[in-house]
Order: sequence, then C-alpha cells, then structure tokens
Amino acid sequence: MSALLYTRYELLRTFRNRRFFLLSLGFPLVLYFTIAGPNRHVQNLGGSGVSAPLYFMVGLVSFGTMSAMLSSGARIATERSVGWNRQLRITPLAPRAYFRAKVVTAYMMALVSIGALYLAGASLGVSLPAGRWLQMTGLILVGLIPLAALGIAIGHVLTPDSIGPAVGGGVSLLALLGGTWFPIPQSGFLHDVAQYLPSYWIVQASHVALGGHPWPGRAWVVIAAWTALLSLFAVRAYRRDTGRV
Amino acid sequence: MSTTAPTGVGVSARSGIGMHGLFKSFRGPSGPIEAVRGVDIEIAAGETVALLGPNGAGKSTTIDMLLGLLAPDMGSVSIFGRAPAEAIAQGAVGAMLQTGSLIRDLSVRELIAMMAALYPAPLGVEEVLELAGASAFADQRTQKLSGGQTQRVRSAVALVSDPELLVLDEPTVAMDVEGRRAFWTTMREFAARGKTVLFATHYLEEADTYADRAVLMAHGRVVADGPTTEIKAMVGTRTIRATLPDVEVEQLTRLPGVNGAERRGEAVVLSCADSDAAIRGLLAAYPQARDLEITAAGLEQAFLALTGDGEGDAAGAEPTVRS
Repeated sequence: MSALLYTRYELLRTFRNRRFFLLSLGFPLVLYFTIAGPNRHVQNLGGSGVSAPLYFMVGLVSFGTMSAMLSSGARIATERSVGWNRQLRITPLAPRAYFRAKVVTAYMMALVSIGALYLAGASLGVSLPAGRWLQMTGLILVGLIPLAALGIAIGHVLTPDSIGPAVGGGVSLLALLGGTWFPIPQSGFLHDVAQYLPSYWIVQASHVALGGHPWPGRAWVVIAAWTALLSLFAVRAYRRDTGRV
Repeated sequence: MSTTAPTGVGVSARSGIGMHGLFKSFRGPSGPIEAVRGVDIEIAAGETVALLGPNGAGKSTTIDMLLGLLAPDMGSVSIFGRAPAEAIAQGAVGAMLQTGSLIRDLSVRELIAMMAALYPAPLGVEEVLELAGASAFADQRTQKLSGGQTQRVRSAVALVSDPELLVLDEPTVAMDVEGRRAFWTTMREFAARGKTVLFATHYLEEADTYADRAVLMAHGRVVADGPTTEIKAMVGTRTIRATLPDVEVEQLTRLPGVNGAERRGEAVVLSCADSDAAIRGLLAAYPQARDLEITAAGLEQAFLALTGDGEGDAAGAEPTVRS
C-alpha cells in the first residue's frame, strides 16, 4: 500500500488540467505586471517601507496561493459530485492520508505560483539575499495552513456550481483586506481588521526586506487560531458529508 | 460459479457475510422514510447472491450499510467476521456503486494503478484491465470514454484489490445487451476464483442466470430468500390473455399449468404456473381462441402478490412473446 504513489497520481492529474493550471497561474502574473509594472521605480510603497515590485509580488503571491489552496476544495466538490468519494471510502485510504494528498497537491500548486511570481518580481528588479527569500517563502507557506483546511472544508460543504464564486469572492475579499492591492494603513479600522486575517500576514512577509522578523507574536497566534478553527470546520464538514460518527 | 450454499440462518457468520436486524430511515419532506425495516441476510463465503427487488425496495440502502457508507439505525453487519471498516481497511471488499463516474485527467491505466496503490495485495494492473475488458482503451483519458467503457473501468476499480467480497449495486443498468453479457462473463470468471459476490438488480433474468441464490426485497424488508429456481417460480408467474367468448371460466382452470382464470368481457385471463403447458392445452381445447397475449408479471406486481400489500404503485406488466 502506498499513499505516496496515490498522491503522485493526484498531483499528475492536477497539473494535467492545463486550462485550470494556466488560468490559476497566469492570472496573478498578468495582474502583477499590470499593477507593479508602472510602479516599478517606487521604493517605498504607500509608507510600507517596501518597494512596489516586492510589495505587489508578495501581494499577488498571497492572492495566487490562496486561490491554489482553495482550489483543492473545487477538486473535492467535483469528486463528490461524481461519487468518487464514496468509491474512495471503500478503499483502505484513511481520511488522514486522503487529506494529506489534498494538502500536498494544493501546496505544490502554491509553490509553482510562488516560483512564477518570484521570477516575475526579479524581472522587475526585486533583489534579496538568499536567506531573505527563504525566510519569506517559509512565512508564506505557514500563513497558508489555515487556507489548506478551509479548502477541504468548503469542498465538503459546497457543490461544484457554487464553489467557483465562493472561492473567487472569498479570495478577492481576503486579498483586498489583507493588502494585496495597496498597503494597509498603520492605524484605523482597516488596520484593526487586517490584523486578524491570515492574508494580511502573508502579505507582510514582504517585510523581510527591511530586516528582522516581519511577524510579531500576534501573527503566529492569528495563524494558529485560524488553523485550529478551520481544521475543526474541515473535520466536521468531512464527517457530516460522509455520515461518519 | 460455486454450488448453492445452505441458505438462511445457520450459516456461520464468521466465514461469510452477515447482516442482522438492519433498520434505516431517512428524513423526508413528509416525515421519516423507513428505507430498510429489519433486514437479515446471511451469505456464505464463495456464494453468489442476487439482491432482487423493485426500485425503492431498500436494496441500495442495505448495500450502503453493508459497505459502511451508511451507519444503520439499528442492527449489525459483519464481513468475514469483521466490521465493515476493518474489512475495507484490509482491502477485502470491492464495490461497484450504483451511481458514480470516474475522476478525470488520468489514463485508464493510470487510474487503475492509482487505485491499486491503495491496497495491500492488488491484482496486477494489466491483469485487471484484461479481466474487465478495458485493455483496448487503457491509454485513453477517463473523460474521453464512452458510457460502456466507463462501466468497464468502474468494474476494474472494483476488482483491482482482488477482493474477497465483491458488491455490485445494479451494475448493468446503463449497459447495452452486449456490454451486459461481457460484464457478467467477467464477474463469473472472478466469482469462480472462490470469491463472494452480492449484486443488486431488478432484472429477474440476471438473478436467475448469474446467482446461486436470490434474496427478494420489497418495502425495506426481505420477502423471500432461496435458490433462484424457487424464487423464479414464485415471481415468474405468467398471464395468458385471449379473446374467447362463450367458454365457462371453470373449464379453463382445469387446463394444465393454469392456476386461475377470470373473464373480462369477451376476453379471458389465465394466470399460469407453466404458461407453455397452458397455451398448448388452451389451443388444443379451444382452437377458436384468438388475440393471444402472454405477459410476464413485472417484479413489482409479483412483489405485491408476495407481500399481499396493496400500497405502492405497481408498474405495468412487461409484455413478452414466447416462441
């Protein structure tokens, strides 16, 4: 028995879906060049202390990777609609391994999206020491954990018809409030709301360029809380969907 | 196929499949719907059993409980002495569910390899493809298959674990005649390896041809359980209808193979245990009989007769012409 081999085929079929793959990869790239291109020489975007090419690079990484994580929900919803989940439930594949395959696949998609945007950023002059690139990537990947849980949860709650708008709307809102399109002010209502969103902390990963640690203790608490909450939601949704007690 | 095993209670539950006192109801728009109302079925290892019944009899609900896809409200299931989840974790169960399609963006061969990866001791991928008659299109993407090809792949998915118990829920519903024949050839071949097979169907012919034993369900209960020949005699009643005025009904009941007769205007309706003998006798005695029509009672009608239960909508009889 090899859950790894199973995960490999899961990846293969996700990456084979070219239309979906190119769209989820290409869209953030197009947006990036559209927004960051004209502002490529802005060194301190909106008082954030970060250059526009770097800020928007991480901003769109947040947008693109959140879409990638939630797209696992779309795949789950489709599999449910064709009865594939029932078929899987009469195999030895444990729910844990099933979730792992979904999460690994979503993270692979996210990594491809990150790689593509890093290249695009470099082409607009983003330059960081190797250690900073790694630190930034690490924070982004940690910030995505609650989104991985959310992807699984909505996959078991929504139908293939409704999940597209839900993912599109959800990601857009999280990106907007998290600061993908413009730096969140240092104080005020927007600032207060953003503090509680994982998307904000993903975008804040760009502050590695300023040296030090871009995430205060509060960031780790927010991510941990969302992870706990959404994991619970995912487990509940799965159990309710499959009628397991 | 294996020989007919003893039926009913008394078979060791440890060696085979046991479903005991199963109840399941669902919430419906107008109160609870009792889908399964006390089902007991024992299946010996190596036996091929048909679960026969009209739509809405509770066959699929029973199968879902057997597979652990649904938790019964009451009752218990054991598969070779184990709980369903345990038997499934060991790869002992393969199933072709009533509804369902395949996931896309993989070739047929890749899909079977993917599923094989989940089991401790699967059959070889090429062997399964061969067995299920899917070798010819093994390199096609799953989303490009015809309906018949999809069904073959679904049966390959059910067989890939080399299961001890194979469960098929109305597997041939979407198949044409040729596909049906090929499918059952495959399943026969597989059952001949000493496997236990349970299949649900509403085709009496399928139960008769491919099962050792048939369990009849209606309204969520088992209404009969026995060798297929017995079941066939029970539900296989045929009706002869003929235009035959001026003949006493009582005389007609004395014809060979006739159980009962009834007059409807100019026509008479004979219900027959042996319609072959009855038609010969009828024509010999009354050569003037015309507009002859022989119909097999539909399963629904047969079940209504068996259960002595007028509720539910009995579907019309299926006309058949016998030579």
